Amino acid sequence: MAETLYARMRVVRKVTEGSIGVTLILDGELPCEPGQFAMVWVPGVEERPFTLMNDTPVGLTIAEVGPLTHALCALNPGDWVWLRGPYGHGYPLQGERLLLIGGGSGSASLALLAKRAKLHDLHVRTFLGARSASLLMLAWYMADLSEKLSIATDDGTLGFHGSVLQAAASDLPWATAVYACGPEGMLAALAASRKPDAPPCWVNLERVMRCGIGVCGSCHCGSQLVCADGPVFAVEKVAAYLGSGHT
Amino acid sequence: MEPNLGVNLAGLELHNPFVLASGIWGSAAETLIRAGQAGAGAVTSKSCSVVPRRGHPNPAVLPWRGGLINAVGLANPGAAEERLILRDTQRGLRPLGVPLIASIFGGTPDEYARAAELVAQAEPDIIEVNISCPNVQNEFGVPFALDPGAAAQVTAAVRAVYSGRLFIKLSPNTPAITAVARAAAQAGADGFTAVNTLGPGMLIDTHARMPILSNRIGGISGPALLPIALRCVYEITQALSLPVIGTGGIASGEAALQMVMAGATALGVGSALAGEGTAVFQRLSAELRTLMAAEGIAALSEVRGCAHG
Repeated sequence: MAETLYARMRVVRKVTEGSIGVTLILDGELPCEPGQFAMVWVPGVEERPFTLMNDTPVGLTIAEVGPLTHALCALNPGDWVWLRGPYGHGYPLQGERLLLIGGGSGSASLALLAKRAKLHDLHVRTFLGARSASLLMLAWYMADLSEKLSIATDDGTLGFHGSVLQAAASDLPWATAVYACGPEGMLAALAASRKPDAPPCWVNLERVMRCGIGVCGSCHCGSQLVCADGPVFAVEKVAAYLGSGHT
Repeated sequence: MEPNLGVNLAGLELHNPFVLASGIWGSAAETLIRAGQAGAGAVTSKSCSVVPRRGHPNPAVLPWRGGLINAVGLANPGAAEERLILRDTQRGLRPLGVPLIASIFGGTPDEYARAAELVAQAEPDIIEVNISCPNVQNEFGVPFALDPGAAAQVTAAVRAVYSGRLFIKLSPNTPAITAVARAAAQAGADGFTAVNTLGPGMLIDTHARMPILSNRIGGISGPALLPIALRCVYEITQALSLPVIGTGGIASGEAALQMVMAGATALGVGSALAGEGTAVFQRLSAELRTLMAAEGIAALSEVRGCAHG
């Protein structure tokens, strides 16, 4: 372990994500698997885990929900962010046809997956959902990385009027693997609706973490630690516990 | 002949000496049971108090070159809730033959006693009393673990309400750990866990120009602690004949054997789970077995405390 724990990186680009948050592109690299995360620290505020929406350079997509995300959303090009990681296990690329389902800020963990899949000439279809059009994140980014990008909003303000799972249902038979990240209610519904012959399904979970490195146990989901065993899990491994999270 | 890793800890038979240390892997029944399934000889729950605590904000646990530094702040759901978690844990561990150690703390002797009464209802195999927290009745909030008299008061208060195995978890942050241990022994302790984290210490980020932990200071654990833990266990077992769970920087079979030779009966494992998870238990058992075979040791009892000469 190096003497310095955190890599300090400068914000070089800030993209507004509707009315809900921002994507920050930084000037550093944290080479990682898609779905892995970093512990992000704003000195004097707090430290929390964030998925790496890109690794070279690092990108963070942040929905504003509390003091730390408020501070991150207030950063501008030239400002600094502190990161340690990458931690955890990411999404495996499985088969030729990848179906990506993102709810709200969950789309952030699918961004690097789509980029890697494109690099390997795999077929990607992406479904992104939110309660309303202004709460969608990264649709602008995923468009170029997906052969097909579909939007669903609960209130019908953009795309399919209904849940992202309903919108994606007709594409399930097409997929060799399904990758999902979003609210746990969405992931629980996805797990519950799976048929016996369904393709492998990977979900990326979010939990309150302290250490990020498999020591403290704060982020457990059943017997699994989200930070060290996950955050990406085969859905059947965590299905019984989905919805028990406190994020 | 295959060396035997089994140990007898205050009358409890452990398949191997490695004990999941308190505060590691939290206090969910599922994670504690998983540690038992993965090969821990015994499992310790996270410390709980009568009153629930939220703990300190992040950064609260950090890796550094010598191990970990943490200021979780004794976050816990309260002893009443913990009692239910411990019941589920005990239900899962009993069939495995893996003893459960329940850790408690408090701000006054009375709070310790009340926490002990609650967790005792879950029938843990040992209650471990964490006395490294501040004594709120002391003018300067000096931890019980640094004051033989206060340590004895806490031990006596718990002893009065709990007749089961009672271990006191000692702090290395005292020049007289043997005096604290002796006072606790006279007040009714059946054994010790030695040691808790060292310090407190601090990490500073030179770019941010400030301490990294939100609490500024935190306890140091991991390899940096091993030589200190060895010395503490050596001194305690030289002075007293009670069993000790030697804890601090055990991350290899070699360190484990050193700790047994210092006098430990069982061996706490905590920071070593970082990055490695519960696979650490199988690795430590395999490494220790190999070392024992090479040294011609059939059972750990043959060499326990042999470093005393």
